[in-house]
Amino acid sequence: MPDTGLAAHLLAAVLGIVAVGTGIAVFRVDSMARATFSLLASFLAVAAMLGLLGLTYLAVVTALMMTIEMAIMAVFMIMFMMNPAGLMPMTMTHNQRGSFVAGTTTFVVLTAGVWLVDWPARGGSLPADATRQLGEAIMGSHMLVMLVIGIGLFATILAGTVLATARGRYDRFGAELDRREPSDPLPGGLPR
Amino acid sequence: MTAVVAVLAGAVLLGAAAAIADRAVTARGGPRGATTEVLRSGVRLLVKGRRTTVAGDRLLWRTGVAAVPVLAIAAAAVVPVAGRSLLSTSADLVWFNAMEALMWAAVWLVGWGPNSIHPLVGGYRFLAQGLAYELPLMFSLITAGLAAGSLRATDVVAAQQGLWFVVTMPVAFVVFVASAAAFAFWGPFASPASSDIAGGVLAELSGPDRLLVQVGRYTLLGVSAAMAAALFLGGGHGPWLPDVVWTAVKSLAVLGALVWLGRRLPVVRPDRFVDVAWMVLVPLTLVQALVVALLVLAGAY
Repeated sequence: MPDTGLAAHLLAAVLGIVAVGTGIAVFRVDSMARATFSLLASFLAVAAMLGLLGLTYLAVVTALMMTIEMAIMAVFMIMFMMNPAGLMPMTMTHNQRGSFVAGTTTFVVLTAGVWLVDWPARGGSLPADATRQLGEAIMGSHMLVMLVIGIGLFATILAGTVLATARGRYDRFGAELDRREPSDPLPGGLPR
Repeated sequence: MTAVVAVLAGAVLLGAAAAIADRAVTARGGPRGATTEVLRSGVRLLVKGRRTTVAGDRLLWRTGVAAVPVLAIAAAAVVPVAGRSLLSTSADLVWFNAMEALMWAAVWLVGWGPNSIHPLVGGYRFLAQGLAYELPLMFSLITAGLAAGSLRATDVVAAQQGLWFVVTMPVAFVVFVASAAAFAFWGPFASPASSDIAGGVLAELSGPDRLLVQVGRYTLLGVSAAMAAALFLGGGHGPWLPDVVWTAVKSLAVLGALVWLGRRLPVVRPDRFVDVAWMVLVPLTLVQALVVALLVLAGAY
């Protein structure tokens, strides 16, 4: 149930400032670890705002997904980007003019849209459990679409991994693919 | 306000029980000696000075250290006792999962912050371990929610009026309890803080910082045992005794069994555990979820 009191409005404003502030900090700090985790702070502020809107499931799942994503991203950012430890000056910005134009345009369009669009009044009453309603909306009549998207995403992940890995099955099982046990740099935990 | 205090006290007591049990099964002196030892080392850490390192990232380090106990208590907010919990939302199970996922960030920060090699290795070990247990853990949580038809923890307990969920979902129960040890990086999953890397993420922690992280770990372990009792062992359901007593008895039983067994197993290397988790546990938990889904369709719950 969305809270419409003054305290909720104030909290939403504070969270908005935190989200934007930590979002800006991503590009101002000089360490990959700090950039990654200020981005996470920004996402968590957005998740808290979703919670204020009464969208509990979306709020919690945003926090969950973004945390795992940022934790894994920290690994890759620090592995591949320059200056991981922030010991040398670096810049997080590229194509400043283009991104300035794109960012400003998006912000203006969205903000104008919020105030200018004639939003329809609510039809029907508030559902008791918005999570269930969301699940039915996504999984009910749109199941086919969701399945296609899901399989498409999964295929993309597999294809990306296959393209990125330097070792294929011939490296693991030999030119004739007849090696009983694969030769892997890390043996893994299962007997095979 | 009283509810907040009650949850806080409950969480810390569970954490203390976990720490004392851990001490009691590993050292001589029995439960009383273990209690004295836990209190003594806690007080000693309180008065000890803070260790500093060269060019550490103090902000991130302190954030990570503070986050560990805060997340453990936030996870306790959705544990149902006597038909209610401090924070009853329509997505309690996801909340619990999110707090545990934030532990990834917190522990990694504790490892990254001091700019020291052993904590850093420990932090990365925790991420690798997280990749291993996260999916099986998610599937086991979802399985409990699926049978109850709700992600609200109190609904899950209410759905076990007749039959405890552990009967139809033993795999999910075992995976959940094992994951509890894994996200508290304790026992067989303690490699992020193990002695082969001089204490890993704990290596540069001293004084109150170390106390906070240790309290957070054990609290999370205790709270997760309580959550396991609520999700799979019927929570407060039981004859004669009141709800609260049953909840406490079951939580402590899960905790005791977890600590007793966990301390008898060797430490698992994360790189090996990933293989087992993805090749064995993910399919097993998926089959478990499928079986429960079919039971739901058959109207078994």
